[in-house]
Amino acid sequence: MLAPLFSVKLFAALFFGTLIGLILGILPGLGPTTGGALILPFTIALDPLSAIILLTSIYCAGTYGGAITAVLINTPGTPAAAATCLDGYPLAQKGEAGRALGIATVASTFGGVFSVFVLVAFAPLLAQIAYEFGQPEYFALAIFGLTMLASIGEGSPIKNLMAGAFGILVSTVGKDFMTSIDRFTFGINELSEGINFIPVVVGLFAISEMLIQSTMLNQIFNRVALKAIRLPSKNDYKLIWKTILRSSGIGAFIGVLPAEGGTVASLIGYSEAKRWSKEPEKFGKGSIEGIAGAEAANNAATGGAMVPTLALGIPGSATTAVILTGLIIHGVRPGPALFREQPDFLYGIFGAMLFANVLFFAFGILGAKIFARVTLIPNQFLWPMIFSLSVCGTYSLGQSYMDIWIMIIFGVLGFFMRRFGFSVVPVIIGLILGELVEGTLRQSLVIFDGNWLMFLQRPIVILFFFLSIMALLTPYIRRKRALSS
Amino acid sequence: MNDKNKNKGRTENIFPSFLKTDAFIVSAIIVFSSIVLFAITLNFAKVPPILNRGIQPATFPKILLLFIMFLSCLNFVLALQTPWKSHMSLPKTFYHTLFILLIFSLISKNIDFFLGLAFLSVAITMSWGERRIIPIFFVSVIFPLLVFLLFEKMLNLRFPGGLLTNLYYY
Repeated sequence: MLAPLFSVKLFAALFFGTLIGLILGILPGLGPTTGGALILPFTIALDPLSAIILLTSIYCAGTYGGAITAVLINTPGTPAAAATCLDGYPLAQKGEAGRALGIATVASTFGGVFSVFVLVAFAPLLAQIAYEFGQPEYFALAIFGLTMLASIGEGSPIKNLMAGAFGILVSTVGKDFMTSIDRFTFGINELSEGINFIPVVVGLFAISEMLIQSTMLNQIFNRVALKAIRLPSKNDYKLIWKTILRSSGIGAFIGVLPAEGGTVASLIGYSEAKRWSKEPEKFGKGSIEGIAGAEAANNAATGGAMVPTLALGIPGSATTAVILTGLIIHGVRPGPALFREQPDFLYGIFGAMLFANVLFFAFGILGAKIFARVTLIPNQFLWPMIFSLSVCGTYSLGQSYMDIWIMIIFGVLGFFMRRFGFSVVPVIIGLILGELVEGTLRQSLVIFDGNWLMFLQRPIVILFFFLSIMALLTPYIRRKRALSS
Repeated sequence: MNDKNKNKGRTENIFPSFLKTDAFIVSAIIVFSSIVLFAITLNFAKVPPILNRGIQPATFPKILLLFIMFLSCLNFVLALQTPWKSHMSLPKTFYHTLFILLIFSLISKNIDFFLGLAFLSVAITMSWGERRIIPIFFVSVIFPLLVFLLFEKMLNLRFPGGLLTNLYYY
C-alpha cells in the first residue's frame, strides 16, 4: 500500500493526478469523469499502475474540488457538490468562506479515507463471493446494477432505465462477438469494431456541456472573496463529527451500489444531516453540518464505487467506468481473479487513493485560494481549449476519424438528453455493461438449452431479480406514500 | 391579421394540446427511431441452429428496442399526469455553436485537422462574445499547436495529413 510513496514514478502520477483532479473539479462543467476521459489517452505512455494511480487520484481530488466552486461562486464544480452549495455559499456570504472551505476539506478527507478502508475491507470479500458466480448470476447482477442505477440515480427512474437500455443498445453496434455478424453498422467499415467508450464519454460529458454553456453565456457569477482556509475549531468539530461519521457511512454504502455515486450520496448525506441535526432550521442558511454532511458523503462514495469496479468489473459510477476502461486498455481485467493474481497492483491502487485524499487535503488547505482562480478563465477561452483536447484525445485512441463523428453526435444527443431530463450516466454504464449483459445472457441460454425458465432455478439469480424488482418499485412506493401523507 | 388568427385557432383545434408537449415529441421521436432500428434488425443475417449460441444475433437488440418503446410510451402516459418542466427556447449562440461543429467536421476531414480546430476556436470564441485579438490567437493557434506537439511527441501519434499538417510531416 505504501508503494506510491516510495517510487518516484508512482508518486509523480499521484501528485499530478491530484493536482489535475483538483483543477478539473473546480472548473464547473468538467469534473473527474470528463477529466479522466480526457487524460486517458496520455496514460498509454505510462505503466498500468502509474496510469490507474493517475486516474484514481483525479477521481478523489476532482470530487473534492467541486466544493471550492460550490462555496465561492454558488455553482457546483461537479454534480456531487450540488448539495454543498446549499450551505457553503450562504456561509461564505456571511464572510466565512475560509471556515466553510475548511469544513468541506476536513469532511471530504475523512470521507475519502474512510471509504478507502471500506474498499480494502469489502472488495476482497466481494471478489471471494463472486468466485461462486456463473454466467446466469453475472447476468442477474448486471441487471440488478442497471435497475439500481435507474432507481437511485438522479431524475426519473423510467428515463434512467431508458438511458441504460440505450447504452446497452449502443454496445451491440458492430460485429456480434459470438457469431461475427454485423449489427447496426450501416455498411460503414469503421463501425464493425463497435463504438468505442471514450468518444461516447467525451461526447456525452464534454461536448454536451460545451453546448449547454453556449446557452448560458449571460450568466453572472457572484464570487465571494476568500482570504485563507480556516481549519474547523474545537466547537466546530463537536458539532460535525457525528455528521461526518454518518455521512461517510452513507456515502460508502451508496458508492458500492452502481449509481451516480457521489451525486446521490451527497444529497442523501445532506438530508440525513438535516434530519438528525439539533438545529435543522439553520440548514440552507450556512449550516456547517450541511456542508460536512454533503462533502463527507460524496468523497466517501469514491472508495465505495471502486468496490464493484475492482471486485466484479461492474462500475459503481461514471468515473469508475472511465477507470475500468483504463484498466482494460492496460490489459488488466478487473474481477475476482485480479485479487488472486495481482494483489500488489490492487494494494498500489488502494494506497494511491489513501494518499490522494491526504494530498488534496494539503493542496486544499495551502492552495485553495490559488486554485479558485481557475474559475476566472472565461468560458469563451476555456471551452475551445477543452474541445481541442477532446478531439485530439478521442482521435488518439483509435486513430479513426469516425470516433470524432461519434463524439460530436453523442455530444448533441447528450445535450438534448440533459435538456429533457435524461441522465447521461446510465448510457455510459449501459455501454460498458452491454457486452457483459448480452454475453452472459446468451451463454446462460446455451447452458440452459434455450430454456429461459431455468434462470429461476438458481437462488442467487432469484435474489438479484427480486432486488431488481424492488429497486424499480421503491421510488413509486415512496412517491405514493409521500403523496398520501 | 384576422385571417392569421383564424388559421392559428384552427391549428390549435386540429392538434390536441398534449401533442405539442415536450413529452409527446420526445417519446414520438424515440418510438419512431426504435421502429426504424427494429426494422433494420429484421435484415440482420441469421446463423444456422448449429452455430446459434442461445439466441439469434438480432434477438437481443430487438428485446432492447421493444423495452425502450414500452418505457417511452409509459413515460408519455406518466407525463400526462405530471407534465415535464417547460423550457425556454434555445438562444442563437447554441445554433451558432452547432453550425460551427458541423463546419469543423467538414474542414478537419476534407482540408486539415488543425485548420478545423483553429477555425472552431476562432468561431466559438467570437460567437460567444470575445473580440480581443491576442487571446483569440492564443486559443486558436498556440493552444492547438501545443496540443499537437504534446500528442505527437509524447504519444507518437500521427495525425491525419492535410494542408498544414503535411508541412510538419514532410
